[in-house]
Amino acid sequence: MTDATLPAATPAVRRRRTRPQWLTLPVIIGIAIIAFWVIVAVTVPLWTPYDPLMIAGRRLQPPSAAHWLGTDALGRDVLVRTLYGARYSLPIAVIVVAVAVAIGSALGAIAGYLGGLADSVIMRLVDVTLAFPPILLAMAVTAALGPGLDNAAIAMVAVSWPVYARLMRAQVLSLRGREHVEAAIAAGASRPRVLIRHILPLAWSPTLVNATMDLGQIVLLAASLSFIGLGALPPTPEWGQMISEGAVHFYSWWIAFGPGMAILSMVLGFSFVGDGLRDLFDPRSGT
Amino acid sequence: MLRTIVRRLIAVPLLLLGVVTIAFLLSNMTKGDPLVAIVGERQMTNPEVVAAAKARWGLDRPLPERYLVYVGNLLTGDLGTSFRTKRPVAQDLMVRLPATLELVIAAMIVGIVGGISLGVAAAHFRDKGMDHAARVLALLGSSVPVFWSGLLMLYVFSVLLGWLPGPGRLDPRMAAPPAVTGFYTVDALLAGDLPAFVDAARRLVLPAIVLGWAVLGIITRLVRASMLDVLGQDYILAARSKGATERRVLFNHALRNAMIPTLTIIGFSFAYLITGAVLTEAVFSWPGIGTYAVDAARALDYPAIIGVTIVGGAAFLLTNLVTDVAYALADPRVKLG
Repeated sequence: MTDATLPAATPAVRRRRTRPQWLTLPVIIGIAIIAFWVIVAVTVPLWTPYDPLMIAGRRLQPPSAAHWLGTDALGRDVLVRTLYGARYSLPIAVIVVAVAVAIGSALGAIAGYLGGLADSVIMRLVDVTLAFPPILLAMAVTAALGPGLDNAAIAMVAVSWPVYARLMRAQVLSLRGREHVEAAIAAGASRPRVLIRHILPLAWSPTLVNATMDLGQIVLLAASLSFIGLGALPPTPEWGQMISEGAVHFYSWWIAFGPGMAILSMVLGFSFVGDGLRDLFDPRSGT
Repeated sequence: MLRTIVRRLIAVPLLLLGVVTIAFLLSNMTKGDPLVAIVGERQMTNPEVVAAAKARWGLDRPLPERYLVYVGNLLTGDLGTSFRTKRPVAQDLMVRLPATLELVIAAMIVGIVGGISLGVAAAHFRDKGMDHAARVLALLGSSVPVFWSGLLMLYVFSVLLGWLPGPGRLDPRMAAPPAVTGFYTVDALLAGDLPAFVDAARRLVLPAIVLGWAVLGIITRLVRASMLDVLGQDYILAARSKGATERRVLFNHALRNAMIPTLTIIGFSFAYLITGAVLTEAVFSWPGIGTYAVDAARALDYPAIIGVTIVGGAAFLLTNLVTDVAYALADPRVKLG
């Protein structure tokens, strides 16, 4: 990239910034969406007029003042069920990503720092795992363990850890030769200490950006597995499961509408926030 | 460069063996008993039937022996026999492959043609309405769940507006055209069956758009970025100052160079297409490999699940290989690491 046009000399009076450069409109929207869903997930049982599992009215009602998003095939309120869905999707995404980051980063750091046989074994395992199309591997793992949200979560960890191993290994490799690391080794620090105290604290930012974006993708993958029938089982108000009920009662479009919008907003929210984090850590990468 | 290509060619079979091993181990970790899927719930109490089924499907042999037999069979193109359809998995997959390929190719066309046009338009009208619209469309494409957008589109275009037919590959009242390529649109044309062609093509539109949308989003974003990058370079200024028309500058000078990074993404987007195809087929009752995979997973039909997973992994590895090589050939500056 040749950038011939250098910015004009900064005027003597600096323009006052009301907000930092990475905090763009999409990032603010993203934060608002995530904050909304977190608050809903925590507080929803306190203020909804209906129970997500109980019949709230006549079945298959279109949206109305009493039921803003209508009722489903059993007469349950779709909006209430959609809001309760966050209580499944959000914790699952956080747990899956956290475990994937922990496993992937640990293995990646070991591979990058030790090199040799450990590196070869770990990275070949990464290569093989990444050779599967993610949804097919997730389906195979879930089917092997048996359908259910907990097994779907294990499957999603199995497909998402390798990326973190690659990210962390690359970071550790580039940091390993830095002067402060050599100084620590010269001062007699043990190998685990060098890795944990001198390398890892500097290696987190790519992982954090990727993990944030992954949260949305895991919400989507969990819903996909449930839609197929391998994740959440009825009557759980899980979004993918609700959309598959909506597919059965195809002419009642509102059954799938709420959960569809919920998934879309989660994916968008996390990817907006992830973009912002990337600009924050690496301002040069911005668009 | 030849050496790196050869090295990749050697790595692919090794990775494939890894894929097969993991898939095989997975199928043997199962909690659910595959025997239930074979003999049915009621026969499980009958020891004779269970023993016969075990012997028949080789489930009484030790694990390493089963693994060797499985890999040996794979080398002869035998993916095992489906518990559910009781037919060879390879045969089941071959029957369904053309439906999936037809859908994926149509989606690829939507994604590539739409993505390049939108990307060029967005770069040309930078920061104008067109640019914003293209970016929103691209963003939605990679964020919307296909199993929901498919349902919505079917509802709007098929039920509300009545512009397009419902799910499936062909009107159930019509006879499928004689199979030559397995693509209904092509076969119908070859047979001179115009009504069948029109119906098959119309039924292809929605699933292709739903599936191609994600790819369209990726390609739009990339073409826009690399067009902006290229358009700022000196040789574009030179072309403009020589009096080349804007169209010539955009398509002959800029797009050709901007396409190089796009080439990798087209290969990479294959992953999205496989993921999307599984779910899109499920929504549109499309009788392809995706629907087969979903049905197999629901029925805990392990030979079928492993078969699909292995074939998917192989296709994935090969596409990546082809993409890498094509990329190196298209851009002499690229050195494969």
